[in-house]
Amino acid sequence: MAQALDPAIARSNLPGDDDGQDRASERAFRLPVLGLVGVIGAVVIAALISATQGAAGLPVGGVLTTLLDAVPGISIEPGLDTRQQAILTQIRLPRLVLGLLVGGALGSAGAAYQGIFRNPLADPYLLGVSAGAGLGAVLAIGFGLDLSWGPFGAVPAAAFVGALLAVSGSALISRGPGSSPATLLLAGVAMAALFSAAQTYALQRLSETRAREVLSWLFGQLQTNGWDQVLLLIPYVVICGTILIAYGRHLDVLRVGDAEARALGIDPTRSRIVVVVAASLLTAAAVSVSGLIAFVGLVIPHVIRLLISHSYRVIVPLSALGGAAFLAFVDVGSRTLLAPAELPVGVITAFVGAPFFAFVLWRGRQVPS
Amino acid sequence: MSADIGADRATDRAGAHTTGRPHPEVPTNGVALSCRDVRVTYGRFEALGGVDLHLDGGEWLGLIGPNGAGKTTLIGAISGLIDHDGEVALGDGRQPGARDIALVPQSPLLPPGMTVAEYVLLGRTAHLGWLARETREDRRIAATAVRRLGLQTFGERIVTTLSGGEAQRMVVARALAQQAPVLLLDEPTSSLDLGHQVTVLELVDELRREDGLSVISAMHDLSTAARFCDRLALIAGGELIAQGTPEQVLQADRLSNVYETPLTVRHIDGELCVLPVARRRNA
Repeated sequence: MAQALDPAIARSNLPGDDDGQDRASERAFRLPVLGLVGVIGAVVIAALISATQGAAGLPVGGVLTTLLDAVPGISIEPGLDTRQQAILTQIRLPRLVLGLLVGGALGSAGAAYQGIFRNPLADPYLLGVSAGAGLGAVLAIGFGLDLSWGPFGAVPAAAFVGALLAVSGSALISRGPGSSPATLLLAGVAMAALFSAAQTYALQRLSETRAREVLSWLFGQLQTNGWDQVLLLIPYVVICGTILIAYGRHLDVLRVGDAEARALGIDPTRSRIVVVVAASLLTAAAVSVSGLIAFVGLVIPHVIRLLISHSYRVIVPLSALGGAAFLAFVDVGSRTLLAPAELPVGVITAFVGAPFFAFVLWRGRQVPS
Repeated sequence: MSADIGADRATDRAGAHTTGRPHPEVPTNGVALSCRDVRVTYGRFEALGGVDLHLDGGEWLGLIGPNGAGKTTLIGAISGLIDHDGEVALGDGRQPGARDIALVPQSPLLPPGMTVAEYVLLGRTAHLGWLARETREDRRIAATAVRRLGLQTFGERIVTTLSGGEAQRMVVARALAQQAPVLLLDEPTSSLDLGHQVTVLELVDELRREDGLSVISAMHDLSTAARFCDRLALIAGGELIAQGTPEQVLQADRLSNVYETPLTVRHIDGELCVLPVARRRNA
């Protein structure tokens, strides 16, 4: 190989070092398996802690045997009594799964927004998307718009409309003359303020009990009523999550600029629309079951980028898994920190995320998107 | 090497292994690409006014001309990045896509945080299937491209830490990973010193011979263009002024006219050289 190259380059191929260089070259092309294993491990640990900890402690062994027993084709003696089994399957598991799905949705949507806007500080909450979705959902819930077509209900649909309005607004403002990366976030602040004001107005028009219900949901709660919320969320997470993971490659290509992206075989405008719609739909679905949960979509992709990879084909799926693990952990805190009272998960993610956001801003040198 | 990229195209070129001027007897394999009456207008300004060109298989065509002549616009039109009238077609009549033409841009954007390996893998985008996951084969092709450009120890380096010459080689590696039969280079060496310019161009020439690629490159330096290209196309003011072998195109009167400065064409050690006419001091 080396003799075919220019002498200047051939010089760098010291004899006897070919193996080492080939290994280095191979290593560079390997996928970050270690990172993937680590994040999956975090999901499993978070799930186990979440399933066993709470007002009624459940033994880890009992939980595992009960879960194994539920797998078709496997039959072993469940280590939990009937009451414990009911707690596990009707209260703990639905809530755990909901936390994993919402966390995964927000994590991957945040990663996708960061890629599209080429801005490492983009996040569904900071872009005003959550507020837009929240307004749509408040209007739908508050005024009893209770239509549904199979798993697709009016609340997520209204939330989706609000989310798209907000993200389009932020994107439009940030494209104005004299815009900088900070403009997008300030536009998000403006959109969030506008939509929050509209929410407050809508809440005032509701009866007091109804308003309190809606308000407690808005804080960001993982409240479940059996498996209903999980079933509502699953189709959105599966469809939009798959789309975002597939488009992670497009997000990488877009980083070399639109012209080169086209030369590499991608239609930049189409890719942007697909990703923004999928991420907004995912955010809207998450918001309509769990209210406004901030900063998951900011913190998790940042951590993945710092520890594992800068490529969106890695960041998007691992942010989904990381967001799932993070929200499951946070939910354990939400249920146990002030037990028997419950601390909304949105409050805890803000306590963690706001200082993180502040630190990133303070450091100034942004982690490159 | 022949087992690697483009082995199917490499066979008829094997053995043509010298650097510098290509052998005139190297056979060409039909037309690789043709442009018919290609026009580009920006508002009222006509950047390209009906250019006819053809590129034979395995040929290196150099686009020369002063700044603002339309070289980059023509490259953009051929690669489909710039809307144009007229026809750009492959030898078999198809419209070219990202699998047919690979582009090495003039000033590539280097994304912060991206590794060389990830950057070169972007070249595989047009070949990916469902879910856009690259296969083991895609990674092997990208790794081969990295090795062929002598970047095997750079795979894990962040692209923004590379020197100009290294970055240029990386961009060529990405184009190579694209496995397109036509390579477009937009002033590939404009930011490099003389040594690195020659290194990159000789590398491109070698890859062209091994893989049977056809190359179109916009070039600034006329003597370098004469040395590397089989044919030259001289463009000025969006019009094709002349095309043919370097000897046919590089004529002192014509060049002096187009570049609006007195130029002279000399043979030095068998190479065509275009030089500015020395002005006498104190004249």
